[in-house]
Amino acid sequence: MTALIDNKGSNELLAADASGQRVIHAPTAMPLRQSQRKSRWPARFDLLQSASGLFLALFLMAHMFFVSTILISNEAFYTVARFFEGAYFLGKPYPILVSAVVIVIMVIFIAHSWLAMRKFPAGYRQYRAFIDHKNHLRHNDTSLWWLQIWTGFALFFMATIHLYDMLTQPALIGPYESADRVWTGSMWPLYLLLLFAAELHASIGLYRLAIKWGWFTATTPNRSRRRLRWAKHSLSAFFITLGLVTLAVYVDLGRNHAAHAGERYVSPQHSTAPVRH
Amino acid sequence: MIGILHRQRKKQEQRRLEIAILRHNPADPTSTPQLQSFHIEEAEGMTLFIALNEIRSTQDPSLQFDFVCRAGICGSCAMLIDGRPGLACRTLTRDLGPRITLAALPFFELIGDLSVNTGKWMRGTSERLQTWIHDHAKVDADALEARMEPELAEAIYELDRCIECGCCIAGCGTAQMREDFVGAVGLNKIARFRLDPRDQRNDEDFYELIGDDDGVFGCMALLGCHDVCPKQLPLQTQIAYLRRKMALIGLT
Repeated sequence: MTALIDNKGSNELLAADASGQRVIHAPTAMPLRQSQRKSRWPARFDLLQSASGLFLALFLMAHMFFVSTILISNEAFYTVARFFEGAYFLGKPYPILVSAVVIVIMVIFIAHSWLAMRKFPAGYRQYRAFIDHKNHLRHNDTSLWWLQIWTGFALFFMATIHLYDMLTQPALIGPYESADRVWTGSMWPLYLLLLFAAELHASIGLYRLAIKWGWFTATTPNRSRRRLRWAKHSLSAFFITLGLVTLAVYVDLGRNHAAHAGERYVSPQHSTAPVRH
Repeated sequence: MIGILHRQRKKQEQRRLEIAILRHNPADPTSTPQLQSFHIEEAEGMTLFIALNEIRSTQDPSLQFDFVCRAGICGSCAMLIDGRPGLACRTLTRDLGPRITLAALPFFELIGDLSVNTGKWMRGTSERLQTWIHDHAKVDADALEARMEPELAEAIYELDRCIECGCCIAGCGTAQMREDFVGAVGLNKIARFRLDPRDQRNDEDFYELIGDDDGVFGCMALLGCHDVCPKQLPLQTQIAYLRRKMALIGLT
């Protein structure tokens, strides 16, 4: 085993103090190797940041598909909403299950925010240094990170509002309930901004993950990068389009339902609570 | 047809270049950083190395810049060319506009004008990362050197092509914010010694050197290093590889 001695440390060890005497550090009780062992936490934090980001991005995609079932029909969305309340397994819907999922997402979201925040520029000097660098380098991937910072920062607030809403009102997910929240509840401006922030942040994040860990490599790094960039653009474009269309449908539904805002959707198929099939 | 081609070439030859150089002499207390413009006639196949030498010999002998090999091997002529790090000797003026801005590489200690002390920083990085072969076996001078597969030797040589020009550090967003970051040059060296079977260090030993946010986990994969490297080193894949290996150590 090679002894790895930190140069700075060894210089301090040898440095003479003002009286000309050498400063001798008292030996520690721990074995040398053990005491010098570097913390494993930077590695774990890095892994956790990537893993939590990957999970949230995949959740976001699945979430968008579930929400967009409104494009098929009110009934389709109603079915999806009741499905996540366990109505088809437990006999009747339990909205508390939605709250439980929201809590899990919230914990991962907060963990990811905390981990990613370590990478933010700390203080004005770093902030300025990065902006100057970004402006003179005119480099796509460097600029993308700036977008990543600002969308991430925006998500701190916007995603939290949405998560809290879902945590406390889990039963109010349904064609009319959601449409009323979007239109009568004036949530559409938030959802519009949230859509762009979340989808951009997620697709840039997935792209960065693939680069960072060396996934989906092609024959040359530049070729794999071109491919990944294409995938990133496609993901952003697809999910933002799907989100905009879905939001438009909810706005339309909400406006038409505004006079009866607050009235719940009653499924023509299940006039009462859904029963076990 | 030939006449058209000829005219085009003549048009290019007639270009008059304005080279704006950020000048500053830190040794002179009265000096303040400022852009100074020089005008020269562009010549066929002119590199910035030729242009700068012409300016120094015909217009301003006080202009400071570094050159040794003029062939992209020594790494001393790295500078910001229109804001992007690159080697002056490998940059043709015909690839740039008629107004070219040159500045010293950021991050490194400025000697004067375009000259920076990359050597001092590189030396510090080498000492910090211990970029030499660690072998504790007793040297037997009479024994034949251990053989190495040609593929492995080539893989090591591929990474050994680094000329320590400092472009990757100047192109790195993380390094601009966090001065202690080892940068691609340091990580590439670790990747090089990790490949070398003569180096007896294992991944745990390398973790001690780069297993933190000043090391491989500080890299945010902005890829400035990969894109500005004048030697086209595979920095993107090497850093990703090291990250995977060091993350595994984190799980132990």
